[in-house]
Amino acid sequence: MQFSLSSSPHNRVRRDTGQVMRMVGYACIPGVLAQTWFFGWGTIIQIALAMITAVVTEATILELRKKNVSRGIRDYSAVVTALLLGICLPPLAPWWLVVIGTFFSIAIVKQLYGGLGFNMFNPAMTGYVVLLISFPISMSAWLPVQSMAQTSFGFFDALSMIFTGFTQTGYNLAQLQLGIDGITQATPLDAVRTGLLSGMTYSETLSASIFSSDWGWSYGWSSVALAYLLGGLVLLQQRIINWQMPISMLFGVILTAGFLSMLSPDQTGSITYHLLSGAVMFGAFFIVTDPVSGSTTDKGRIIFGLLIGFWTVIIRTYGGYPDAVAFAVVIMNIAVPLIDYYTQPRVYGHKS
Amino acid sequence: MSEFKELTWQGLWNNNPALVQLLGLCPLLAVTTTAINGLGLGIATLLVLVGSNVTVSLVRNFVPNEIRIPIFVMVIAAFVTIVQLVMNAYTYELYLALGIFIPLIVTNCAIIGRAEAYASKNPVKESAYDGFIMGVGFALVLVFLGGMREIIGSGSLFSGADLLLGAWAANMKIQLFTPEQPFLLAILPPGAFIGMGLIIALKNIMDTRMARWFAPQKEKVVARARVTTEAS
Repeated sequence: MQFSLSSSPHNRVRRDTGQVMRMVGYACIPGVLAQTWFFGWGTIIQIALAMITAVVTEATILELRKKNVSRGIRDYSAVVTALLLGICLPPLAPWWLVVIGTFFSIAIVKQLYGGLGFNMFNPAMTGYVVLLISFPISMSAWLPVQSMAQTSFGFFDALSMIFTGFTQTGYNLAQLQLGIDGITQATPLDAVRTGLLSGMTYSETLSASIFSSDWGWSYGWSSVALAYLLGGLVLLQQRIINWQMPISMLFGVILTAGFLSMLSPDQTGSITYHLLSGAVMFGAFFIVTDPVSGSTTDKGRIIFGLLIGFWTVIIRTYGGYPDAVAFAVVIMNIAVPLIDYYTQPRVYGHKS
Repeated sequence: MSEFKELTWQGLWNNNPALVQLLGLCPLLAVTTTAINGLGLGIATLLVLVGSNVTVSLVRNFVPNEIRIPIFVMVIAAFVTIVQLVMNAYTYELYLALGIFIPLIVTNCAIIGRAEAYASKNPVKESAYDGFIMGVGFALVLVFLGGMREIIGSGSLFSGADLLLGAWAANMKIQLFTPEQPFLLAILPPGAFIGMGLIIALKNIMDTRMARWFAPQKEKVVARARVTTEAS
């Protein structure tokens, strides 16, 4: 019997950056499809706009920096950043919003820090935060789920909405937002926040709003979150991402939300509500797992993820914005050098 | 005369208090939401800088070395109070807009830095000129950064000029474009940090370009390989 001996590494599948990035992109497909199904064609148009801007910006800056342009484009990192940012934006946000956000992500957050592999902050999330604090009105303009909206609209309506601010039949955004029961509405997170501020309890808010449908609450949003969970599980199975960060982030959300809803069940959402609304699922598998700006040690990744989950729920509950994954990620990006410093693994043969 | 030329070059470019020494960043970043706000604070700082430099230079031979810093601070505080009262009297709205940052000129390290580094060692005329040109350098950066943030943030330039210059200047406001929504990031403090970083980067690029431009042509030196060790 013959043993074939070879030295490590034994993993024969070599993936370059471009392949990894493309896999991340494919894993987003179920989520994007779900989002398109529930919220209209806008998401796809936003993603396309973001991708074009990202590639143009990346190429221009690489040219200015006298780097190899085609290699920089072909690693798909700019495209994935654009994809992640495009997914986060409200589907019918005006075109300049996505262009400014993507330009900021690529030019300032990524290339000015030294390009792929050197950025301190997650480019997509920093771009999103910039847009959120700069243009709060446009950034909170989410539509009700398509099947519940009073006025439905198609691909060309979405296109003309993004570029001119009106659909082909002349509706503007405020009219489209008018849901079945005549309230303008955004996300469940927004609704709950407004409801709580006006003195209702958490369960009253959810049952009063248009989100109460077959599944109890937020049928559209939870479906989108589950679609992203599916894509994330594929990434985990393919070992594109490692389990520490997503699992610990979800665990952080569960712990914090569980604790808070034990303290005051009327003021905070339940654990499932926090897990399945907003960007938690998407963030856990697609955002937090960014290999560049996240922690690099195994123990550090767990701390990183846990604290992102913690901050997400804390800012959602007590902060000024309805959703907080982007803020949590950017806050924890700042802490990464410290986390890495204290969680350095012991080198074999050395004392700790 | 070459002393003055050197001082000009140092204050405006090579050793600019805002871009190179990075002094007085707190008012610099907080106040520059518009070009006019920047200009107002720039002029106030300029006046204080000239006054304090002259005074410190005058008393430099009578001040015991051990307690010079408190004395400099008192001199600066006196001038800041004067400027504050003058602005309160003549440009009241700008005074309100700049708020706490006028009294805070006392803590601007650029001023005590010049008093300590230059005025306490040099005669009156040079010190006055140094204070003036450093103040101009600081004010130029304030106006530039303020203008940049104003244009990116709200598409206008020189808005509120009447606060500083009187009613006739209200026409100075130029609306370059009208954004659908103002770009709040540029107006909020993070925009100041990002803008400042971009300006410093721009200056560094220009410096390297200029250095390459004016670099003397190097003669080719033939390096000789040494085969024997050096005799010791």
